[in-house]
Amino acid sequence: MINTIPINYYIMLSTILFIIGAVGVMARRNAIIVFMCIELMLNAVNLLLVAFSTLHNDANGQVFVFFIMAVAAAEVAVGLAILSMIYRNIKSIDIDLLSKLKH
Amino acid sequence: MLGYTITQWLFGILSFLAIMFALMVVFTRNPVNSVLYLVLTFFCIAGHYLVLNAQFLAVVHIVVYAGAIMVLFLFVIMLMNLNEDTEPQKTLISKIIAGCIGGVLLVVLVGSLKGAEQLQLHQAGASQIGLVKNLGKVLFGEFLFPFEIASVLLLAAMVGAIMLGKKEIK
Repeated sequence: MINTIPINYYIMLSTILFIIGAVGVMARRNAIIVFMCIELMLNAVNLLLVAFSTLHNDANGQVFVFFIMAVAAAEVAVGLAILSMIYRNIKSIDIDLLSKLKH
Repeated sequence: MLGYTITQWLFGILSFLAIMFALMVVFTRNPVNSVLYLVLTFFCIAGHYLVLNAQFLAVVHIVVYAGAIMVLFLFVIMLMNLNEDTEPQKTLISKIIAGCIGGVLLVVLVGSLKGAEQLQLHQAGASQIGLVKNLGKVLFGEFLFPFEIASVLLLAAMVGAIMLGKKEIK
């Protein structure tokens, strides 16, 4: 099976996924959905790192993706703990209500 | 098959599905459906990793993202009892502005990347770096110290999450 996909296709795919995530961050008010869109953006970058790693036949890119996954897991754990604490205090996770960081 | 190889068909189908599911994540009103579409997007990205012959990362991606992180999201959404009725909506004008900004960003990025060099990926058979054996050698050789630091980071995140999640600290 010969892999004949130009790297530009991967760049375009990652760009599109990243921008969908960015639009989601701007267009939604539910803090959890915003969080999920950030995960989508992280994954777009990961995909491009793996594509370039395969292009240059260099394992460092894939190791970086591995570390990004570890950091993303830590970020999600802390972020969701903060969100659930906010929900317990003000019974909402609408980011427009949280914009002043007080209630 | 129209002059395309199997790899190219796979790339096209997986890309189309990934973009469609990603759009559904943003445009679905119900948060639970949003999470499920994001899981499907992650499966498509794992498929892309397999096409790129990064087998270790494909498995780790499914285990960590689809298995752990998305279940955490689903748990929190169900704990908060979020559904379509409680979903806060932005005004139409700010949605339109967000769409415009996204479109402009897309045009700028695609325009600037269009002139990039046309490079073909290596033959799939020639690239064996994504296998567990080769990746493990790099990870536990060159990147051993960052790997150990990552464990401290995860421990700190775990302690932080428990501290934040506790009821009231007297």
